[in-house]
Amino acid sequence: MIKGKTAIVTGASRGIGEAIAYKLASMGANIAVIYAGSKESAENVAKLCEEKYKVKAIAYNCDVANFDMAKETINKIKADFGAVHILINNAGVTRDGLVAMMKEEDFDKVLDTNLKGTFNMIRHSVGLFLREKEGCIINISSISGIMGNAGQANYSASKAGVIGLTKSVARELASRNIRCNAVAPGFIATSMTENLVNDAILKAIPLGRVGKVEDVASAVAYLVEADYITGEVIKVDGGMAI
Amino acid sequence: MLEIIAKIVAERTGCEESSVTEESTFADLGIDSLDTVELLMNLEDEIGIEIELNQKIETVGELIALIEEKKKAN
Repeated sequence: MIKGKTAIVTGASRGIGEAIAYKLASMGANIAVIYAGSKESAENVAKLCEEKYKVKAIAYNCDVANFDMAKETINKIKADFGAVHILINNAGVTRDGLVAMMKEEDFDKVLDTNLKGTFNMIRHSVGLFLREKEGCIINISSISGIMGNAGQANYSASKAGVIGLTKSVARELASRNIRCNAVAPGFIATSMTENLVNDAILKAIPLGRVGKVEDVASAVAYLVEADYITGEVIKVDGGMAI
Repeated sequence: MLEIIAKIVAERTGCEESSVTEESTFADLGIDSLDTVELLMNLEDEIGIEIELNQKIETVGELIALIEEKKKAN
């Protein structure tokens, strides 16, 4: 039961994060909507959560790659909501390119947001979970981090890193009733992938179609309530990585 | 400060408060590293200042030194 609990969702102003925010709100959780881009979109997501699902929701601007800003944001959330029980690390960026031509800054940017950002948010919220004697962390990885993907050396490195991080955190905190799992989406229809989907990709997906953001949100919702699952990675990829 | 720490340690492990000295290591007291983090949070509540734990502390004395340092900084 997550009714009345508080969930932080990063990258929640659009795409998969937005769908996760709505899903958890529909289950009765209060939502801290973290965004780095559009304030307007994030505030709309928060507003919709409040109006449609009658939960408390507030939007916070935060670059999760920034250690201190992540800390300040979590402190604000603690002050506004009182406690935090669920953390969904979804914020992610891509800077695709062949490794032979990849700029250092493009590698760093992707690692900083996707991997270090996930660490930063976990680092600063663990204390809150320990106080509550419960916690659920779900990190959004990617099939790219499991299979690799030409043109995404930086992105797949970051997403494989997220899986390692997930497993260590799961082991470290299991004795305190804090679980940590990952969801690895395949091709999901979002603005991040709209230019990437072609016939060759569709052929590589056994289910023959790209996924919806709601498919990922459902897996997250399942893990939030799955009390006996920790350190697991659930693929939501239409069978792509079988 | 030692009394406050001894009280919290005793509550957590069931040992005698008097057995907690500055020389005691947390390992000897049956407190693992994650327990130390929780202990610190209890202490924060008790003394009302934020103590960021970003180094490994092994003895009660080290913890007291860390807290005194933070108190000065505040």
